[in-house]
Amino acid sequence: MMRTLSYAQAIREALEQMLREDEKVFLIGQGVTSPWYVGATTTGLVDRFGSERVIDTPVSESGITGMAVGAALAGMRPVLVHPRLDFMYYAMDQLANHAANWHYMFGGQLSVPLTVWGIINRGGEQAAQHSQALQAVFMHLPGLKVVMPSTPYDAKGLLIAAIKDDNPVVFIDDRWLYDLSGEVPEEIYNVPLGKGIVRKRGADITIVSISYMATEALAAAAILTKRHIGAEVIDLRSLKPLDEAIILKSVKKTGRLIVADGGWKTGGIGAEIVSRVAEKAMIYLKAPPRRVALPDTPAPASRVLEECYYPKARDIVAAAAAIMQEGQ
Amino acid sequence: MTDTQAVPRATLKKMYAAMLRIRRFEEKVARLISLNEIICPCHLYIGQEAVAAGVCANLRQDDWVFSTHRSHGHYIAKGGGLKGLMAELYGKADGCSGGYGGSMHLAAPEIGLPGSSAIVAGTVPLAAGAALAFSLQKKDSVAVAFFGDGAVDEGVWYETLNFASLKKLPVIFICENNLYSTHMPLSACLADTAIAKKAAAFGMPGVCIDGNNAFEVYNTTQKAVADARRGKGPALIECLTYRWLGHVGPNDDLDKGLRGKKEVRAWMRKDPVNRLETELLKQRVISPDYKDKLAREIDAEIAAAYAFAQAAPYPDVKQAVGRVFK
Ligand SMILES: Cc1ncc(C[n+]2csc(CCOP(=O)(O)OP(=O)(O)O)c2C)c(N)n1
Repeated sequence: MMRTLSYAQAIREALEQMLREDEKVFLIGQGVTSPWYVGATTTGLVDRFGSERVIDTPVSESGITGMAVGAALAGMRPVLVHPRLDFMYYAMDQLANHAANWHYMFGGQLSVPLTVWGIINRGGEQAAQHSQALQAVFMHLPGLKVVMPSTPYDAKGLLIAAIKDDNPVVFIDDRWLYDLSGEVPEEIYNVPLGKGIVRKRGADITIVSISYMATEALAAAAILTKRHIGAEVIDLRSLKPLDEAIILKSVKKTGRLIVADGGWKTGGIGAEIVSRVAEKAMIYLKAPPRRVALPDTPAPASRVLEECYYPKARDIVAAAAAIMQEGQ
Repeated sequence: MTDTQAVPRATLKKMYAAMLRIRRFEEKVARLISLNEIICPCHLYIGQEAVAAGVCANLRQDDWVFSTHRSHGHYIAKGGGLKGLMAELYGKADGCSGGYGGSMHLAAPEIGLPGSSAIVAGTVPLAAGAALAFSLQKKDSVAVAFFGDGAVDEGVWYETLNFASLKKLPVIFICENNLYSTHMPLSACLADTAIAKKAAAFGMPGVCIDGNNAFEVYNTTQKAVADARRGKGPALIECLTYRWLGHVGPNDDLDKGLRGKKEVRAWMRKDPVNRLETELLKQRVISPDYKDKLAREIDAEIAAAYAFAQAAPYPDVKQAVGRVFK
């Protein structure tokens, strides 16, 4: 019997084991010693590894990100946390112009083995500046890898893989997943970057999902099963590199596609996946694909507005029902 | 307390009323959060009232203030109505941001509050930009940036102070130094904690004052505002103060071990509201009767705001995806 850990505990275990295993690894960012900032993901790490390797920082996202890039160039493997994805806009220049370009721009002489861990923290009437899911922004940039685990197992395995990777990897998690529990091996293991996984098999419709939306997609699939619609649920796990093969294979089987993403619709991951399917598997489609994503609107505060703003299983079910009808 | 004579009695009363209004309103909000009636995260201002009141008592309606995540005090001191504020905290359509912004994103352009940002230091350049506009428009308005000591950690703060001084913009930088940035004490954030002195690096006047002394805040700001209006450029005023409650919400965070009970108690003894009240009573600017009557009026205003917020409708959900553009 394997142990069960929460998603947050799985992240904590990955950090602890990597700090222990590799002295090049250090943890830096706002809130790593705070009692509430990053949930339970860093509890006690400063006591075990000291404030030299678990570094809480002033609110200096731009500078700290650049320093993490510099430390990575100089042979370290920093894990940099931004406790709310929204605050990463201050870090964009260092990520986009520096971290992402460095390896390519100097002819492959150097690389930036940096893990940038950003947390999505929406809901609770926090409004537009505390609710953003910016995966598409990072996915757009050549030179960055982007991963978004949806299970405790993947959270640990992908974080370890990100830390071990020689390139800048943006690891995005979601506070809505932190209490989710699941089986997590005790040892250090990798979940490979760039590989999706089929969470549920089905013959009628492919639902490609990421992060928290994978849990909504599974809930939707369960509802669809009762309506005799077999949904195949893919959890992408990595947005970049993108596991195109797993998507194409499924779509060729089902002929129908939904992409479920917690980011904005325009220019988002759904736009990319639908394009790839159009480029490479158009003839297999029995109906136009659909995207379940955020409307192109900043997040509202009021709970009644939040309730209809965030996509849920019911939206995936509705999209599936519409596609099944169109494809008749 | 000094220099009260220089301040008009009406202004003193106005400042005191603003502080009492902030205090009582915040106490009510703290209770409503504890009751789960307000769920939107609120960064309460209790303990810092002298800063907002002392600064805003110098401002006209066409002077603009830019606020932060800890925004209620600035909104009230600049003249914002309690109904619109309370309704916003309830996420209602009649809130000052229509239920779209919540506690951290208040705006009331009609009173000279174009908005508050939850991004630390986010509004510091906006205030300088408004000041740039005022000077281009040949207006004698000034802009004020309220920010916490945490904002001084951010690069954009330095960029803005430099440019504002370079261009002699009519902007006043008000640092509310409450000694903490969330869980981190100032000394863990700044290599040199003397914030006011940083102004010298930009060739700008910078002073550090007692932010719990409303007169001192008023008088210091008065000079800075007068200078800025006359084209003499910006100033940095660091107000030493303290938030009585935790970073966010109604609890004091003492259980988290982030700060000591002794420290909190010592600052509570420097209560800015009580301090001004005592002084005004002593100088007979206000009478005990006046004070009681004002408190009753404010409480009635808060009760009306509470009833208004409860009765107000929620925003139309069909509008959730609208209003992105004008
Ligand atoms: C860019 C950015 N980084 C981090 C945060 C998280 N955060 C919210 S308030 C705060 C502390 C701000 O401290 P200070 O400026 O001193 O204001 P105070 O809360 O003490 O009034 C932090 C770090 C944020 N809102 N924005």
